[in-house]
Amino acid sequence: MDQDDQFWIERSYENCSGCRRCEISCSLYHEGKIWPEASRIRIFMLVPGIEIPHLCFQCEDYPCVEACPEGALSVIVETGAVKVDVETCTACGLCITACPGNVPHLHPDGSSIVICDLCDGEPQCVKACLEGKWNALTLLPREKGISHKMLAATPKELTRKVANYMLGEKTTKEVLE
Amino acid sequence: MRGYAGKFLEIDLSSGAIEEKKVPDSTLKDYIGGRGLATKILWDTLGSKWESVDPLSSENMLLVFTGPLTGYFPGTKICVSGKSPQSNGVIGSTVAGEFGIDLKCAGYDGLIIQGKAEQPCYIFICDDHVEIKEASPIWGKKARETVRFLVKESLREIKDIKPGYGEVIEPSFLYIGPSGETKTRIAAVTSKYAHAAGYGGYGGVMGAKNLKALVVKGFGPVPDVYDKEKTLNLVQGFLIKNFERERFRRWGTGAGGYNFGAETSSEPIRNWQEEWHQEQSYKGEEFDKYWVKRNWGDFGCPTTCLKVSVLKSGKYEGALCDNPDYELESYLGTNLGIFTPEKNIYLSYVSNELGSCGIQSGAVLGFAAELYQRGILTREDLDGIALEWGDVEAFAALAERIATRQGIGDILSEGIYRAAVKIGEMKGLDVLKYAVHEKGVAIGAHGVRSGRDYVTTNPIAYACSVQAGDHTSGADLPIGHRHSELFSIMGDSAVYCFFAAMALDNRDIFDFYEAVTGWELTEEEWYQEKALRILQLQRAMLLLGGPDITWKPNRDDELPPRFWEPLPSGPDKGKSLDRTAFEKSKLEYFDAAGWNKNGVPKPETLHNLGLKDVEVKLREASLIS
Repeated sequence: MDQDDQFWIERSYENCSGCRRCEISCSLYHEGKIWPEASRIRIFMLVPGIEIPHLCFQCEDYPCVEACPEGALSVIVETGAVKVDVETCTACGLCITACPGNVPHLHPDGSSIVICDLCDGEPQCVKACLEGKWNALTLLPREKGISHKMLAATPKELTRKVANYMLGEKTTKEVLE
Repeated sequence: MRGYAGKFLEIDLSSGAIEEKKVPDSTLKDYIGGRGLATKILWDTLGSKWESVDPLSSENMLLVFTGPLTGYFPGTKICVSGKSPQSNGVIGSTVAGEFGIDLKCAGYDGLIIQGKAEQPCYIFICDDHVEIKEASPIWGKKARETVRFLVKESLREIKDIKPGYGEVIEPSFLYIGPSGETKTRIAAVTSKYAHAAGYGGYGGVMGAKNLKALVVKGFGPVPDVYDKEKTLNLVQGFLIKNFERERFRRWGTGAGGYNFGAETSSEPIRNWQEEWHQEQSYKGEEFDKYWVKRNWGDFGCPTTCLKVSVLKSGKYEGALCDNPDYELESYLGTNLGIFTPEKNIYLSYVSNELGSCGIQSGAVLGFAAELYQRGILTREDLDGIALEWGDVEAFAALAERIATRQGIGDILSEGIYRAAVKIGEMKGLDVLKYAVHEKGVAIGAHGVRSGRDYVTTNPIAYACSVQAGDHTSGADLPIGHRHSELFSIMGDSAVYCFFAAMALDNRDIFDFYEAVTGWELTEEEWYQEKALRILQLQRAMLLLGGPDITWKPNRDDELPPRFWEPLPSGPDKGKSLDRTAFEKSKLEYFDAAGWNKNGVPKPETLHNLGLKDVEVKLREASLIS
């Protein structure tokens, strides 16, 4: 695998059932436990019925990697994912601020930052989602020249956008502060 | 101990005391969690004075319990319990959502809530940070506003507790609407906007405690299981079985509003005057037009049988609700002469916003409408509302008056049975014959007359159930099999979704329980001992009842009068129940449950199950001579 084989996870927010089997698969793979807050993909439901799968957007310029003062973040060339060196990471949180979607978060044990590493090429969340025929997460080749950073947004921004589309603007105003 | 977080949280709202409590392994092995454990704790704490405990007073307890299967099992619920203001017994009322998961991730298997707060409050839990907070900004507020406030406030507070963490998944909530605050007996405990623990009336119990909401956020993992490999293998098998149920996943129960009427003649139409209709306008496809999400589920759910409905235009623009599922399609639709999906969605939304249980409120609204149809209740009696069948705005207006106890709403807020007694007294007429309930609980939208409904194949289903009208806990024979109440006790005690379990084999749940807890449990042990023990306790407390109503054993183990009328229409027209066969089944069931011919637990049954104190109490109450 080289850089041309990089891929990324496309998300279709309106298809997300909120079943969180992606969180379950991710945390079982990375932590050996079902652990929603330690999952690298997390489902936000700021408005019941509007579920937002939130994980690394793989910005082409990787502002999180740039922002890390310790050099603890790097790009895995084969997949395009961000790797966190847990030994070096001081959990300072500068990468969170640098991320246009506020994606990185602390591991709930407080030791380091967690970011999606694409499971070394076989993302467990996508597998779980497709197995259940929800099709909210799909794996696509990472096309050169397409900006994924443009899609990056915080859970709240995404909720507003998806709610406006799904519920209509009138309802969205009433349900989302 | 595996599968459990290992501790409970006991909160006394009167004193403000918050304590961690451990339950011995031996108790957990016998009563598991959820409904079983709640029954045991209620008996131990309130049993000796059961008849005098007013469910809507500070003396009652509110128990919110997970079970060992809450977590790894694909399909999550939480069980709410206490002394029921509907049956005066114990009802284990389950509701879906992430609350049970968050609670376990925070380190607790359940909440035991006592007393009454001086001011409206809500309980906020973030791991070991537990706080009783002021709820004045949301007291009196409906669902939408309550949820918006709780999400915002809680996330703000969690940010203070975990500075620098980054974005946090929102916590989970259980809350009440105005209906619970005014202590109606039809109030639900709600999760999200419209997931409801409706049976039992525990929304009113929260209201009586001045408790608006429970909020929990857990940062830890779901508790470890005993045999992870075996558990995960079973999970994978369960997932595949559920993924194969394409029809159920596609429609959920949301096609039943037409199908059940047209195909099985078991749907309430105009307060059960009929159980059949063939309104094509009410087909699943007509509801699908309003679904903005076709597969909606809660944590771990493989079936995602829920749907999200929204009205984006028209007179009722802005209405939003789950599905509606079959129960609400019928109770807030066909039961009120409504056969228009748009109107049904609107009324479901209104009911959810008020925090009333869709089944209980739809039943009492339908009952009132029949009295109006018969000229027993006049427009004047109904505060000027002309309660014509199908008039959704009239029903919405009355639902609002019920939840806020205004005018006639004050009487109807007592639920179908108590309202019937009161109106009967007022009018000097027998109106109980129009009240379709079982021991104070309006029954599920599953009639027994056609014999073709999937949950009530045996007409004793409601009459002999210790949860009365609860269609998810019907009695059946033989007593020890998966369609009996003893299997429902497993579901409500281990606390998992019974829809997700429908695809499984008989033995699967027991295998799963053993893999999770590491404790052996054979089917024989469950059906002949453990479940039977829980059943005796629930039966004893149901018969002790009080203080406002005490059910008479055998006499009140009866179907509502309407169910003895022949079906008036449809392919089953003229079909009626056979009294002799019904009485025979009932006696057979009493015997199988270890009860005497009056339906009272026999002394020897209680002895064999180690429940001597129950015998003593039943003797004191003259139930055993």
